[in-house]
Amino acid sequence: MHIVVSIKQVPDSAQIRVHPVTNTIMRQGVPTIINPYDLFALEEALRLRDAYGGEVTVLTMGPPMAEDSLRKALGYGADRAVLLTDRYFAGSDTLATSLALSQAIAKIGETFGTPDVVFTGKQTIDGDTAQVGPGIAKRLDLSQLTYVARIATIDLAAREITVERRCEGGTQTLKSKLPCLITMLEGTNEMRRGSIEDALSAARRQVVKWSAAEAGIEDLTKCGLRGSPTVVRRVFAPTARSEKAAQIDTAEKTLRDLADELIVAIFTRQPALEPELAFDGA
Amino acid sequence: MSSANPDTPRPPAGRAGMTKELPERFRAYRHVWVFIELERGQVHSVSFELLGEGRKLADKLGVQLCGVVLGPPEEATQNAVAEAFAYGADLVYFVESPLLADYRNEPFTKAMTDLVDTYKPEILLLGATTLGRDLAGSVATTLLTGLTADCTELDVDADGSLAATRPTFGGSLLCTIYTLNYRPQMATVRPRVMPMPQRADRAIGRVIAHKLSLAEDEIVTKILGFLPDSQSGTANLAYADVVVAGGLGLGGAENLQLVKSLARAIGAEFGCSRPLVQKGWMPADRQIGQTGKTIRPKLYIAAGISGAIQHRVGVEAADLIVAINTDPNAPIFDFAHLGIVTDAVRFLPALTEAFTRRLSPHSRDKLAS
Repeated sequence: MHIVVSIKQVPDSAQIRVHPVTNTIMRQGVPTIINPYDLFALEEALRLRDAYGGEVTVLTMGPPMAEDSLRKALGYGADRAVLLTDRYFAGSDTLATSLALSQAIAKIGETFGTPDVVFTGKQTIDGDTAQVGPGIAKRLDLSQLTYVARIATIDLAAREITVERRCEGGTQTLKSKLPCLITMLEGTNEMRRGSIEDALSAARRQVVKWSAAEAGIEDLTKCGLRGSPTVVRRVFAPTARSEKAAQIDTAEKTLRDLADELIVAIFTRQPALEPELAFDGA
Repeated sequence: MSSANPDTPRPPAGRAGMTKELPERFRAYRHVWVFIELERGQVHSVSFELLGEGRKLADKLGVQLCGVVLGPPEEATQNAVAEAFAYGADLVYFVESPLLADYRNEPFTKAMTDLVDTYKPEILLLGATTLGRDLAGSVATTLLTGLTADCTELDVDADGSLAATRPTFGGSLLCTIYTLNYRPQMATVRPRVMPMPQRADRAIGRVIAHKLSLAEDEIVTKILGFLPDSQSGTANLAYADVVVAGGLGLGGAENLQLVKSLARAIGAEFGCSRPLVQKGWMPADRQIGQTGKTIRPKLYIAAGISGAIQHRVGVEAADLIVAINTDPNAPIFDFAHLGIVTDAVRFLPALTEAFTRRLSPHSRDKLAS
C-alpha cells in the first residue's frame, strides 16, 4: 500500500521567547523539530507499511530548511520525501495550506502511485488549529477519520478500514473506505528508533523538491497570502492585569506559617469557599 | 512594531493591508449562527456558552441570533431546539434525519453547508470540541471561507467584521484574525472559554426546518459501535470549582503526587501544564491551557507553573489564582492574584497539611464553639 504522511516543521515552541521590551518573537537560534503530533502519524504509517507492505512518502510544505524534518523522517524509515517549497506559499492560512498540500498529494499519487491512506497529526503545536487535515480530506474527497486512537483492521482487497476514534465522552468504532485521511491522536504509539542503515543514508538520500507549478498548482491566486481568506491584522502580547499578584512574604517564616498565611489570604478573598472545600475522610 | 526588525511578528505586507471589499455575492449574508452540538441526547454546554457570546455579537450587529440543531427524529432533538431558545436564540434552523443520529462527518457537513448556502449567515460559531473541530474544518473547506480556531475573544468591529482573537506562535502571543471578504466568518471556541449565560424559560420561537438531501448509501463511513469513557475525574476538570495543577517546576514526575495529595485534601480536581503532558508525566486529558482544558474554578492553585500565554488563556477566568513558583519574574505572577515565591516541592506538603488542619471537622467544631 502507499501511505502519505503530511508533516510540518515547527519551532520547538517551549523555547520561543518574547522580547520583554519590544514584544517581538526572538527567533534566533530557536531549534526546529517535526511537529510532535506528526510523529504518531508517521509511526502509524510505518507500522502499516511493515504489516501490509508498500511505501511511506512523507510530505511537507515549508521553506527550504524544512528539508531537515524530511531527512529526520527518512531516518525513521520513510521511503520517500517530498518538499513543497515556493515563495508563493508564504503566508498561507489553513485553507490555502490544505489546497497546496492536497495538490501535492494528488501529484504524489500520479507520480508514485495513488495513496491508500493519508496521515496527518492531530494538530500542530505552533498553529494548533487541527484544520488542515480535514481540509485535505475534503479537497481530495477522502473519508475523514480524525482523532484516531487505533487502526483496528484494514482489508486491502475490500478497500475497507476500521478505526477507533476519540470523540466527546467516549470512543467510536468506525468502518470506512480507502482511500481515507487519518489524523492520528497523540500517545497512541511510540516512535521507533530508525535502523542504522536508514539513519546513515538519510543525509544523502534524494528529497523530491516541488515548486507550486511542479506540484501542478495552476492558479497561484489560491496560494499563500492571496489564497487565504483569513487576515491577521494584529499580533500582540497580552496585557498584564493592572496589579501583579499580591506576594506573600516568605522571609524568615516556617513553611507551616507560610501555608497558614496563604490559606487565610485565600479565604479572606473568597469567604464563600471555605465551607465548600471537602475534608478528606470527613 | 518596527518594520526594520525582521523578527517582528508582523503580518506580511499585502495581507495586513488587505481591506474589506465584500464581493456582491456575500452581501446578503446576515445573522449570527451557533451550531448546537447534540450528542447522544445531550447538548454540549459549549453551545450555550456560544449562544451567550453570539447574543452579544448579534446585538452589536443588530441582527438575529440563530441556533442550528442537527439531529435524529427524537425527543432529545426537540429539547435541543427548546434549549437553544432558552439560552437566547431568536430563531432555530433545524435538520432532522435518522442519518444525524450519531456524529459522522459526511451527513453533518452536508446538512450544515446546505443550510449555509440556503440561508446565508454572516457569522458561524462552533464549539472547539472533537466534533466541532472535525465539522468546522470540513464546512470551511467546502464553503472556501475563513475559519479561526480556538478563539479566546470575539468582537465586532465598527465596519461589522468579526474580530476573532486567539493565541498564536505556540501560545506566546495573541493575534486578531478577520475573514474580511468571504462569508460566513467562521470561528470555533473551546468549552469554558466563554461564561455560561443565564437560562430563561422562553417559548419556542420560529423554527425553520430543512431537509437533509442525502441517503445512507451515499455515506461512506459507518458507525460500528460506541464505548463511553469510564467516569473518571477528567471529565470534571473543566467544570471543577477548585483545581490544583503542577508544572515543570515540580522537577520530576514523582512530585506530581504532591499535587494530587493537595487536591484530595481539599476536594479539588488536579491537572498540569503542557510540558508535563509532552514529557509523558500526565495524560493529555489532564492538560490545562489553550490546547488542553479551559477551566473557570473559584480557586486555582498553580504549583511550579511558569504561566506561558497558552496556559494563561486556559485559567484566567478563575475567580482566584494562587501561584507558587521559585522564579519571582515568572509570568504567572502577572495574572495570579496571590503569589508565593518558594519551591512548590517543599511548600505543597505544608499547604496540604495546613488545609487539612483547617478543614478538619475537629477544628471546625472549635471554630463554631
